[in-house]
Amino acid sequence: MQITEEQILEWLDAVKDPEIPVLSLVDLGVITDIDIDDHRVRVTMTPTFVGCPAIDYMKQDITDVLNSYGIDHVDVEVSFEKSWNSNMITDKGRKALKDFGLAPPPKHNLIVDIDILENIECPNCGSTNTVLNTPFGPTACRSIHHCNDCKETFEQFKPV
Amino acid sequence: MNETALKELLYKMADDQLIIGHRNSEWTGMGPLLEEDIAFSSMAQDKVGQSHALYQMLHSLGESEPDTVAFTRNAEQFHNCTLTELPNGEYDFSLIRHFLFDTAEAIRFELLTESSYAPLAQLAKKIQGEIRYHTMHANAWIKQLGSATEESVNRLQTSLEKALPYALGIFEPSPYEQELIAEGIFAGEEVLKEKWISRITEILSQTSLQLPDLSTLKPEFGGRTGQHTEHLQPLVEEMSEVFRIDPGAEW
Repeated sequence: MQITEEQILEWLDAVKDPEIPVLSLVDLGVITDIDIDDHRVRVTMTPTFVGCPAIDYMKQDITDVLNSYGIDHVDVEVSFEKSWNSNMITDKGRKALKDFGLAPPPKHNLIVDIDILENIECPNCGSTNTVLNTPFGPTACRSIHHCNDCKETFEQFKPV
Repeated sequence: MNETALKELLYKMADDQLIIGHRNSEWTGMGPLLEEDIAFSSMAQDKVGQSHALYQMLHSLGESEPDTVAFTRNAEQFHNCTLTELPNGEYDFSLIRHFLFDTAEAIRFELLTESSYAPLAQLAKKIQGEIRYHTMHANAWIKQLGSATEESVNRLQTSLEKALPYALGIFEPSPYEQELIAEGIFAGEEVLKEKWISRITEILSQTSLQLPDLSTLKPEFGGRTGQHTEHLQPLVEEMSEVFRIDPGAEW
């Protein structure tokens, strides 16, 4: 069977972000290149945050999943050549985040200002009558907000 | 490419990130508010991660493994500026140091996005986006506490005056300044310093804090060449304590 890039991406849909188990690495946008050379597959990925502690788990998960489909030679390379920004999260990924209770990052022009962290849509009730509590949350990629309508505190996958 | 000059630049940046990251991590469990505890812990994670990426770049240029570089050197082999190694002190001092240092590093990485050394330009572009949250945090608190009560203004003013000579030490010229500039690797410490002065002035002018005449201050140089304060060696010992028990351990 000839392996295609589409096929690899379909298989990699099973590899989730260890900190957000509903979001696949493909939908997160961190898989930046796939190079197939006969039965050897090289996957290039880029971290969401430089200090992301989950990167080694992700590399191992990618290798394990592709091994399970009979690809014995898997190289996972971490590169900053195509660096990640939160606009790279797919629409499917944004929906998965919202269903998980985590507000998806607003699309931005790559110049993140404090303004775009305000009035984030509450993933619980949909209100935008919300305030930023702190730009730092339980993981490097999340901020903490409060909804003035449903009174819930929620997290956002922050725009970078 | 002048590799010696490039490595000297990478070492001082990596060491800055590691040491300030370690100091930030000392606020974990000690912050004056839960949010501040989390903020300094998150920034620590970012900065230590950034130091790792820079040590990794040095490794690709023939230097030792990141863990070996981070955990087996003594204080005099570190190239961080002395501002980063000073003890956290009280929250006002940590906040001022955070403001002064992070403003400089944000500009440094902005300048490096134009570096002729492509791997560094790519990494700088990535780090720039992360540091923006750090400066956003610093600016928000400086503006708020810098014009709040008499006590908060006085405390910040005292810490500002104490930290400034060390902050000027960030810009200690490299022996390879001209090479770095000529080869387009980095715009140089002098350019960085001018931009830094204008940015801190802009923020401080929105507060009741007074920026002293910087030309009257004597910069605390030495960190870039391994001449540190007495505070670095104990930090290094604590940071590398576990590693040194069994350097060959598999984690």
